[in-house]
Amino acid sequence: MNQTVSTPAFSTPVRSIRIAVLAMGGEGGGVLANWLIDMARANGHTAQMTSVPGVAQRTGATIYYIEMFPVSRIGAGQKPVLALMPVPGDVDIVLASELMEAGRAIQRGFVTPDRTSLIASSHRVFSMTERVAMADGRVDEQALLTACRAAASRFISFDMMRMAEQSGSVISAVMFGALAGVGLLPFNREAFEQTIREGGVGVQASLRAFASGFAAASGELIVPPPEPDAPAKPDPALALQQAARESFPAATLEIITAGLAQCVDWQDIDYARLYLERLQPFARFDKTSGDPQHRVLLEVARQLALAMTYEDTIRVADLKIRAGRFERVAQEVALKDGQILEIREYLHPRLQEIVETLPAFLGKFIVSTGWLKALIERMTSEGKTVETTSIRGFVMLYLVAGLKRWRRSNLRYAHEGRTIQHWLDLVLDTAQRDPALAVEMAELRGLVKGYGDTHARGTDHFNRICAVLPRLEGPQASESVQALRKAANADESGAALSALLARYDA
Amino acid sequence: MAERSFKEEVKSLRLGAGQEFHGEGILAITKALLESGVSYVGGYQGAPISHLMDVLADAEDVLESLGVHFESSASEATAAAMLAASVNYPLRGAVTFKSTVGTNVASDALANLASGGVTGGALIIVGEDYGEGSSIMQERSHAFAMKSQIWLMDPRPNLPKIVDCVRKGFELSEASNTPVMLEVRIRTCHVTGQFTASNNIRPGFTLKDALDNPVRDTNRIVLPPASYLHEKEKLEVRWPAATRFIREHQLNEFFDGDLADIGIVMQGGMYNTTLRALELAGLADPFGNSRVPLYVLNVTYPLVDEEFLAFTQGKKAILIVEEGAPDYIEQSVSTLLRRHDIQTKIHGKDLLPMGGEYTGLVLKAGVGAFIRTYHPALVAPAPLNSGDNRLKSALAALDGQVHGRPPSFCTGCPERPIFTAMKLVERELGTHHVACDIGCHLFSILPPFNIGATTMGYGLGGASASAFNIKGENKASKRAISIMGDGGFWHNGLLSSVGNAVFNKSDNVMIIVDNGYSAATGGQDILSSHHKHDTRSTQNSIEKAVRGVGVEWVKTLTRTYDLKAMMRTLKEALTSTEPGPKVIVAQSECMLNKQRRERPLVNKAIQDGKRVVRDKFGVDPDTCTGDHSCIRLSGCPSLTLAPNPNPLRREPVTKVINSCVGCGHCGEVSHAAVLCPSFYKASVINNPDNKDTFKQRWRQRVIGLLQRRHARRLALTAAGQAS
Repeated sequence: MNQTVSTPAFSTPVRSIRIAVLAMGGEGGGVLANWLIDMARANGHTAQMTSVPGVAQRTGATIYYIEMFPVSRIGAGQKPVLALMPVPGDVDIVLASELMEAGRAIQRGFVTPDRTSLIASSHRVFSMTERVAMADGRVDEQALLTACRAAASRFISFDMMRMAEQSGSVISAVMFGALAGVGLLPFNREAFEQTIREGGVGVQASLRAFASGFAAASGELIVPPPEPDAPAKPDPALALQQAARESFPAATLEIITAGLAQCVDWQDIDYARLYLERLQPFARFDKTSGDPQHRVLLEVARQLALAMTYEDTIRVADLKIRAGRFERVAQEVALKDGQILEIREYLHPRLQEIVETLPAFLGKFIVSTGWLKALIERMTSEGKTVETTSIRGFVMLYLVAGLKRWRRSNLRYAHEGRTIQHWLDLVLDTAQRDPALAVEMAELRGLVKGYGDTHARGTDHFNRICAVLPRLEGPQASESVQALRKAANADESGAALSALLARYDA
Repeated sequence: MAERSFKEEVKSLRLGAGQEFHGEGILAITKALLESGVSYVGGYQGAPISHLMDVLADAEDVLESLGVHFESSASEATAAAMLAASVNYPLRGAVTFKSTVGTNVASDALANLASGGVTGGALIIVGEDYGEGSSIMQERSHAFAMKSQIWLMDPRPNLPKIVDCVRKGFELSEASNTPVMLEVRIRTCHVTGQFTASNNIRPGFTLKDALDNPVRDTNRIVLPPASYLHEKEKLEVRWPAATRFIREHQLNEFFDGDLADIGIVMQGGMYNTTLRALELAGLADPFGNSRVPLYVLNVTYPLVDEEFLAFTQGKKAILIVEEGAPDYIEQSVSTLLRRHDIQTKIHGKDLLPMGGEYTGLVLKAGVGAFIRTYHPALVAPAPLNSGDNRLKSALAALDGQVHGRPPSFCTGCPERPIFTAMKLVERELGTHHVACDIGCHLFSILPPFNIGATTMGYGLGGASASAFNIKGENKASKRAISIMGDGGFWHNGLLSSVGNAVFNKSDNVMIIVDNGYSAATGGQDILSSHHKHDTRSTQNSIEKAVRGVGVEWVKTLTRTYDLKAMMRTLKEALTSTEPGPKVIVAQSECMLNKQRRERPLVNKAIQDGKRVVRDKFGVDPDTCTGDHSCIRLSGCPSLTLAPNPNPLRREPVTKVINSCVGCGHCGEVSHAAVLCPSFYKASVINNPDNKDTFKQRWRQRVIGLLQRRHARRLALTAAGQAS
C-alpha cells in the first residue's frame, strides 16, 4: 500500500525537518509534540513547537507544528529561523490521530505526493454531523483512505486507537511508536523510548503502546483488519431454512435466513413460518420478473422481518434479561474479578404501550375504564429506572417477557398485522407495474422504527408519504419516493418533508 | 485551580544569570517581567494569554519572595486601571489580557492612563487573538494604540527577542512617560524555545514605599486644563522621546541583502513566516540571511520616520507585510514618502490579502509576486508539482467527506442539560428569542442544539435582550431568554445585565450558568467558585448578589442534570405572572475540572481498598434502532456510532464510549423525551463490602436460575423445528 520516496525529503542540504500533528482534544497531541522536541534536543537537534489550542481543546481539532534542525549543520554565530506554522507543500511528516483528520490535513495542503509521509490512525471519531443524522450519516471511509493513498508519498495507517486501548495508554504513544517504526527521523528506537521514560508519566503503559505502534509501522506485525461485531448467529429452524432454499433464490438467502432467525427469536417457529408465507408472493413475482438482483424481494425480505419484529415492551424485556446481555455489559465496563456490576435500565412505558402489550380483552378493559386508565397514566407520567440486576427488577422484566405467550392476542399484534399486510399488498401491486417504485415503497417502511416519540414520528412520516403515493405515478415516481424518504430523515421536525410534500398537495 | 498546572514549569522562573531557560513563550514573558523588576502584575484570562495568568497564579511564592503583587483582576478594565499605580510612582507594572476583546473592555482606563502618562514603566501584554483558532471578532489592537497614543511592540517571535522587548518595553515606557503595549500572537504565546536568563530583580521602589509616602500631581489627572496639556505633551514631548529611544536602542532591526533596489518591511511578528517564504523562493537560507533587505518593526507604533527614509533610499519598491485590516502602517508610510517626495513604490495590500491571517501560503504567494515584479528572473512561477494529479484526485475523493469539528460541550458537561431542557420546552412553548453571552455556553449556537441568536460581549447576555422589553398593550406573548455564564456574570453581567433588567423593569428570563469557574478561559477561579481558596475569597453566592441588586424571582437549581426540574423551572420562568426579571441560577461543577480534581482521588481510594462505585452509561445495540434522537438532544462526545450488529439494519447504532463519566444525562433525556429503552447505567462496585457480597450472592442465585429457565424457553420455541 505504500510507495517509498527515493530520497528522504529532508536530506536536501540544510533544511529543518517539518512535522505537523493533527489531534483532537484529550488525545495527548500536546504530549506527543513535547516528546518530539524533547527527543530532538536530547539528540543533537534544536527544535521548536507551537500550537493553536484556544477553544480547540473543547472537543475541536488542534494542529501542533514542530521543526527540528541538526546542531551539526549550524555554523558559529548562526541561529536557524524556524517557522511557526506549516506551509502547504512543505511538510515532511504528518501525524493524524484519526482518519477524517488525515483528510483535513490533505485538504489544507499539508500532505503532498512529492514530500509527505502520512501516518494516520485508521479508526474514526465521528463528527457531530455524522452523529446527529437520523439514519446513516457516516462519510465514506474508503474515500478517505483513497485520498490518503493518493496524496501522501508514503501512507502508514492502522487502528492506533485499538492498540492504545489494549495497552491501557493513549493514542499519542502509539503514534510516537509508529513514527519510530517507519524510521523517518534520524533517531533510533532507544532515543524514542528514552524520551518516554524521561517524561515520567504513565511510562510503562506508554512504552507498551509505543512498542505495538512500532511493530505495526515497521512491518514486524501485520495488523489484521478490525473484525466486524459478530452478527447474531442465524440459528433458526432447519426445516424452514430448507423450505427457504427451495423457494427463494440463493442470493436472497442470507437476508431471509437472518429474517427467519429474528422472527424465531422474537416469537417462535410458527411466526417464522408466517414470515416465509408472507414472502411467498414476492418469490413468485421475483421469478416472473427475472430481475437478476432480486431487488424487490430482497428489500421486502429485509423490511418485513424488521416490521414483524417490532419493538414492544415484551421484546425489550426479553432482550434485557438474557444472560448473554449481562455478559456483554460486563465486558463493556471491563468488569474485573472482585467487582460487582449493577445494571439499571431507563424505561418509560406509557399507557398505550402497556395496553397494547396485554391480552386484547384486558387492554380494551383498561382503555374503557376511566379511573383505571387515569391511574395508569398518572403512574407512567415519569420515566422508570429498573435495576435488572436486583431480584425485584429482574422478576418484573421476566414477567413482562413472559407475556410473549399471549402476544398473538394483544392489540398491537393485531394492529401491526393489519398494517403489514396493507403495506405488502401495496408493494406487490405496485411491483407489477413499476418494480423500481416497489423497491422504494418497500424501503419506505424503514421509517417506522423505534419506540415512543420516535415511533410515532416515523409512523406519521410513513403515512404522510403513503397518502401522496397515488399522485406519484409516472417514470419519476421511484425517485420521488426516494426523495421523500430522504427528506423524512433530514430533520426531526419534519420541515423538509413538509416542504417537499407541499409539491404534491394539489 | 486552573485547567493546566504550571507548578513544574514555574521552577524555571527562579533561574539566575547565565542559566539557560527552556519553555513556552508565555513563561518566558513572565520570567522577563521578574528580570525587569516589576512591582505588580494583574490581568484577565482568555486565550492566548490564559496561561500567562495561570503561570502567575502558580508562581505566587516566587512573586512573594520578590515583593511582587499579583492580582487576578475582575475584568480587563480592572487590570488596566491597576496601572494607575505607575502614574505617580516609579513603580513598574504589567497587566495582560486577550485582545481585542479585552482591550475593548479596558479602553476606558487605558485612555485615561495614556492621557496623564506614567512615571514608572507600564506594560500591557495583549494576546492578539487573530487568525486560525481565534474565538473572537477579527480586529487589530493597533487601532487602540493609535487612538490613545500607547506605543505598540510586536517582537520577532523567538524567545530572546520577546524577553528583550519586555525589558526594553519598560524602559521605553519610562523614557517617554507612555504606557507600552506588547502584542503577542497565539502561536508566539505557545512557541517553545530558549534564552539565557538574568537574575530576577526586586523593585528598588516598592508598593510599600508608595503607600507610606503618597504623592499627587494634579497635572497627571485627566481634568481640564491638565487634559489639554496632556494632548500637547503627547505630541510634542512623549512622541519624539519615544522615537528617539527606539532609534538609539535599535529596537527595530535591519537585515542587509544584495538585492538593494527592493526591500521588505514587516511587523516583527511576521518575521519567521516571511523568512520561510523567502527560503522557499530560494532567496534566504535557514539562518535568516536574506538576499532581499529586510526592515523588521519590533515597534509598530510609533513608526520612526528617519528609519523609513533611510531604508527606502535607493529602492525602487518596498513590500509592507502588515497583517489585518485596515493597513495603518502602509497608510502612514505612504503619507511619509509622499511628503518627502520619495518615489519608492509601496506594495502591501495590493499583493497581499486585505484581511485574514498571513499564513505561510499567503506570504509565499505575496512575496513571490513582489519579487517577480522587480526581479522576474529570480523567482520561477510556481513549479508544476509532479504530484499534482495525485493531489487533485485525493482532493476530489475528499469532497464532502471532511466535516468541521467546531468546539462543543465536553463529556458530562453540566451545561448540556440546560440546553436539552430548552429544546424540550421549545417543543411545548414554541421557540423564543435567545440572547447569548461569552463562554462555554455559547457552543449552544452550534449543532445539535442550535440555540441562540446573538452574542454581544462578556456579561452582556441580559443586556443584549434589553430592547425586548415591551409593556402594556403591545406586550408580546413570549419572553426573551438570555444566557450568561458565571464568568460573564462577575465580569460585567451583574450590573450591565441583571441590574439593568431590574432598573428597567424587564420581564425577561435570564439563565446564569454557575459551574464554579471561568471555564471557557481555562477553569480559573471566580468569586462564586464552589470550593475554598487559600489566597482568594470564593464561595460568594450568585443568588445573593442577584437578590442584592433587586431581583425578586430567583430560582437556584443545584443539579443541572435534573432535566425534569430544569424544564419545570424554565417553563415557570417563561409563564410566571410575577413582574420583573426571572433569574435561574443553574449550578453544577464544570465536569472538566471536576474530573481533574476527583479522578486521582477516586483512583487512590480504589487502590486503598475503599468501596467506590463508578457509573458508566451504555446502549444495548439490539434494542437501539439507529435513530440517534439521543445524540441530537445531547451531543455528548461519548455518545457516538457503531456498526449495527443486526444484519437486517443499515443504520449505525448509538454507542457510549469509555470516555463516559456517568453524569446520567443521556438516561434523563431518554426519560424526558420518551426516546427508547436502550440506555442503561452500569455501576461497578469496587472493593465491595460484606453486605454487597451477600446481596450479590443471592441475586446471582435467583437471577441465574431464571436466566437459565428463560434460555430454555427460547430454545423450546425455536425447537418447534423438530416437531
